[in-house]
Amino acid sequence: MRPPRSLRSLPPEGAHAADRQSGIRAWPWLSRLAEHRLFWPTCTLVLLLALNATFNAGFWQLQWRDGHLYGSLIDILNRAAPLAVVALGMTLVIATRGIDISVGAVVAIAGATAALLIGGTLVLKGGQQTYVSRTPMAVAIVAALAVAALCGLWNGLLVARVGMQPIIATLILMVAGRGIAQLITNGQIITVYYAPYFTIGNGFLLGLPFAVFIAAAVWVVLHLLMTRTALGLFIQAIGINPAAARLAGLPERLITVCVYVFCGFAAGVAGLIVSSNVKSADGNNAGLLLELDAILAVTLGGTLLTGGRFSLAGSVLGALIIQTLTSTIYSIGVPPEINLVVKAAVVFVVMLLQSAEFRASVRAWVQRRPLPGAPVR
Amino acid sequence: MSGVAAAHPLRPRIDARVVPVLGAVAVFIVTAGFGSVAYGGFFSPQVFLNLLIDNAFLCIVGVGMTFVILSGGIDLSVGAVIALTTMVSAALVEQHHWSAAAAIPLVLAMGTAFGAFMGWLITRFRLQPFIVTLAGMFLARGLCYLISIDSISITDAGYTAIAQTRIPLFGDAASITVGALLAVVMVAIGIWLAHGTEFGRTVYAIGGNEASAVLMGLPVGRTTVLVYTFSGLCSALGGVVFTFYMLSGYGLHAVGLELDAIAAVVIGGTLLTGGVGYVIGTLFGVLILGVIQTLISFDGSLSSWWTRIVIGALLFVSCLLQRLFEARRP
Amino acid sequence: MADASIGSVILEARGLTRAFTGVVALRDVDFTLRAGEVHAVMGQNGAGKSTLIKVLTGVFPPDRGELRLHGAPIAPSSPAAAQHLGISTVYQEVNLCPNLSVAENIFAGRYPRRGAAGLWRIDWPRLNADARALLARLQLNIDVTRLLSSCSVAVQQMVAIARALSVQARVLVLDEPTSSLDESEVQQLFGVMRRLRDDGMAILFVTHFLDQMYAVSDRITVLRNGERVGEFLKDDLPPAALIRAMVGRELSAAVARQAHAPAAPAHDAHPALQATGLGRRGLLQPTDVMLRRGEVVGVGGLLGSGRTELARLLFALERSDSGEVKLAGEAVHLTTPVQAIRHRLAMCPEDRKVEGIVGELSVRENLVLALQARLGVRRFLRPGKQAEIARRFVQSLGIQVADLDAPIARLSGGNQQKAVLGRWLATDPKILILDEPTRGIDVAAKQEVMNEILQLARAGLAVLFISSEMDEVVRVSDRIVVLRDRRKVGELPGDTSEHEVFQLIAAGT
Repeated sequence: MRPPRSLRSLPPEGAHAADRQSGIRAWPWLSRLAEHRLFWPTCTLVLLLALNATFNAGFWQLQWRDGHLYGSLIDILNRAAPLAVVALGMTLVIATRGIDISVGAVVAIAGATAALLIGGTLVLKGGQQTYVSRTPMAVAIVAALAVAALCGLWNGLLVARVGMQPIIATLILMVAGRGIAQLITNGQIITVYYAPYFTIGNGFLLGLPFAVFIAAAVWVVLHLLMTRTALGLFIQAIGINPAAARLAGLPERLITVCVYVFCGFAAGVAGLIVSSNVKSADGNNAGLLLELDAILAVTLGGTLLTGGRFSLAGSVLGALIIQTLTSTIYSIGVPPEINLVVKAAVVFVVMLLQSAEFRASVRAWVQRRPLPGAPVR
Repeated sequence: MSGVAAAHPLRPRIDARVVPVLGAVAVFIVTAGFGSVAYGGFFSPQVFLNLLIDNAFLCIVGVGMTFVILSGGIDLSVGAVIALTTMVSAALVEQHHWSAAAAIPLVLAMGTAFGAFMGWLITRFRLQPFIVTLAGMFLARGLCYLISIDSISITDAGYTAIAQTRIPLFGDAASITVGALLAVVMVAIGIWLAHGTEFGRTVYAIGGNEASAVLMGLPVGRTTVLVYTFSGLCSALGGVVFTFYMLSGYGLHAVGLELDAIAAVVIGGTLLTGGVGYVIGTLFGVLILGVIQTLISFDGSLSSWWTRIVIGALLFVSCLLQRLFEARRP
Repeated sequence: MADASIGSVILEARGLTRAFTGVVALRDVDFTLRAGEVHAVMGQNGAGKSTLIKVLTGVFPPDRGELRLHGAPIAPSSPAAAQHLGISTVYQEVNLCPNLSVAENIFAGRYPRRGAAGLWRIDWPRLNADARALLARLQLNIDVTRLLSSCSVAVQQMVAIARALSVQARVLVLDEPTSSLDESEVQQLFGVMRRLRDDGMAILFVTHFLDQMYAVSDRITVLRNGERVGEFLKDDLPPAALIRAMVGRELSAAVARQAHAPAAPAHDAHPALQATGLGRRGLLQPTDVMLRRGEVVGVGGLLGSGRTELARLLFALERSDSGEVKLAGEAVHLTTPVQAIRHRLAMCPEDRKVEGIVGELSVRENLVLALQARLGVRRFLRPGKQAEIARRFVQSLGIQVADLDAPIARLSGGNQQKAVLGRWLATDPKILILDEPTRGIDVAAKQEVMNEILQLARAGLAVLFISSEMDEVVRVSDRIVVLRDRRKVGELPGDTSEHEVFQLIAAGT
């Protein structure tokens, strides 16, 4: 599969002609479409959906039940929502040439904070037994998000002020974070009984899952921030050429800290969705391996791990691809654990395609034996 | 400038590289000492040997991880390879009735080949070790589940015999397991490799400045592949020891072990950026992790997850000191 | 080195030619290196010096031509292969491993082994003893077990030379070895070089410091525009002749001034910029520079004389350790570029690829980057506004670009340079520092840029203009600050000829 433009490093002048020779020559509109950075992620998603549909008869069906839409597609959107949110936060960090492997732990911490503050005790109110929350739900949510943002601030300061490598800096929170989450939950799984809290992860709005709206809202807010303020420009400049960015007077350190804070915040949002969904907070298992899925989603969406140009839409697509993959594997009837092997294969393929050396060796191999009729370079 | 740069005769110049390791030893002595003072029964030979027995597999994996980190890389697949080793061993021995003597060499070879494959990808296509070993981790765990989703208990006579073997020390005062003995042997081999062979010295050189190592004509590519191969071997051997320890094969074994291994290596004084560190430091790192775990379980009032927080805190302090150490150097 | 008698030819190159996409870096160059001599290679920017060194040391092969070592043809495929053949290089950045000991750096890859008693391991005592002996040859007596990073750069270079000796090098290439050394260390290095030379080593010495080159070299090869101008014995080539050979044209004694309005520097109470004693150890000796609004001050000097260092110190890209800077009479202490920009300074860097353009961003985004940085995050210039600003400068600077939204990396060198200039002009600066604004661009574009510089000055900017093309400096400057070997040797009025500037450089202090 020909790597999408976004996955290739910028070719030197004059290389375009050569690329086009070996590319899609037949339909110019198709080749222009193929050069769009979201082309290949979209194709992959469509392919997976089609695969799913062939094994799952009622895949495309949508029903209106219990006052909301119901179907496999809705399921995928719903389950992909927390991953999409984390991936969005991760995208900005990766764009600045960083990485944050502590998001899984932050998800657990945020969920634990909210669950602890809400809990849900049974009381008699007006003759009826209802659950009330320990603290007002709004306060609990704000507290959980604040704690998550604080985690992000910690990471950001370690990277920008202390100068640690991002992977080392975020490793610390990754190791300690689960312990902190356990500390908050006191080692147990806190069950939340307060009904209004469940709407975050289980509720519906206008027929669609509430979680999807949250993810969409985060996406929209981020998109506005990137396009209506100079942040998008600055982040990309820092990722592409930090030396030039510094010389041009960009506030490099401040921006770096901010992207990590946001990444933590996004993990917090995801943590709320997850803990609300399962109506509990599990310090050990919440968000397990989520950071790896998030990095994979960002990479699938076309943002390079080396930083620079990023695509929010691509990361959302990446999250959908991963979720559809899981769903496809399930519907094929293969044990869900195969998931891991398939993920491994996807990671292998993506990273090989992003490697200049690999593309060079493939090109060399292909050009050794020209196909009949194909132009020889 | 030239000529004599003799140190002050009365003040011995301490090589800057050993400072982190000395720090690790100091932390170990302090925590062990604290434990001995606070809890009766802590200061007994068996308790200390138990540190080694309970963490033998971590120690073995740590030796391999030390070399990887010294070369400036990272290996996230070690826990998954351990799990795969236990699963394959269990399957071979329980379902296909292989003997222990046949199964063990096979799984060692498998782990070694796995590491070699990852090392080759990293070197040949200049991929980042983080991503390659991450994919390796997915793959190894996935392969585990392909064999069996549930755990497979091992009842084979050979395995149980080895698992129950106790080697007496100091007369009958204390004893260690085969696993612990293997751990000590691997540490010794690691020390020999690091200081006595060209391979080890090249690893240090690569970690110090890879571009310079290339210009100096050192076999950088070959050594990088060997580093991951060795890590794969250590993971497999650690997996074998883990199999003795748990007597079962299961896909969820050793989840998160890679983090513990990295923590042990870093706390033991090896710079995550590579080039500086000692294998003996990793041994102390493992022992520190063990002591913290033991202290917390002895205490009873503190819950076990405090271990993670304390390890995280130790890791933070180590990394911070490493960063200051780097920043001070010209 | 027993088979090399002093004076015999060790390394010989004939007809070396090497081109990179479109640029011919070396054209039919011959080079001869003899045993027992220090041979210097001199040349300005684009002369082909570094390409020649890279071909000789195996970094890449020549397109045409041949290399002979001791008469036998060789074709090293890598620096390691060249080392194996006996050509060792000591680089400016001392490419050794800082985390290993001195002794280990010398013998890395060739450890003495101990095979006795069945134990096969590295013989450290012998390693250390051998290292000590080797360093003693260089008259260096240090603890060989100490970390390389704990040694000064000068000692590290000695270690690198010792490593070269340990591999039985027959040719030693020293690539700009003195840039980070102080005076006494330089003398130490020269002592070692002379001793090695007397022992029969063939030494290739690359430097841009004229004084040092004259102090230690026996023979000089001068390159210009990729061709060999000639090979001379040192005594046959005094400084003036050397400069003439490097720069090439018959320097006209006539004054060739660009026809333009005479300088009308504003008679402000204080100059726009006044730097007194500005310097940094190892980079630039304390220097005085004064800029007034409405004039162009040129910086003239040979490669490596400290021009870029001066610019970087003024813009706070490098921290100074002496001197003070006053802007419009007010003393300021600039520590970061952000502060400099806030004080209405602007700088076009020397290497636009490394510090100038942000390759994958569009032309439009690159043009407004510095302005946006000054405006901050919230006052965002919408793409429409960006395009408007971009178009303004595209027009005024004559940037040829088909699509403002295309990545800037696709533009030609000249247009990229203009875009970087445009970026800074968009911030409406008061002081503009231009470091090699005409490098790597075609003649027509050069002229346009120079005209623009003059116009900017007449419009009220204070411009500092640095260029390695002396004719350009002479043509547009109202005053010329002359640098040599990292220090200022004088200042000349604008109506000087190139000849006079080079005379001043050659004379030294």
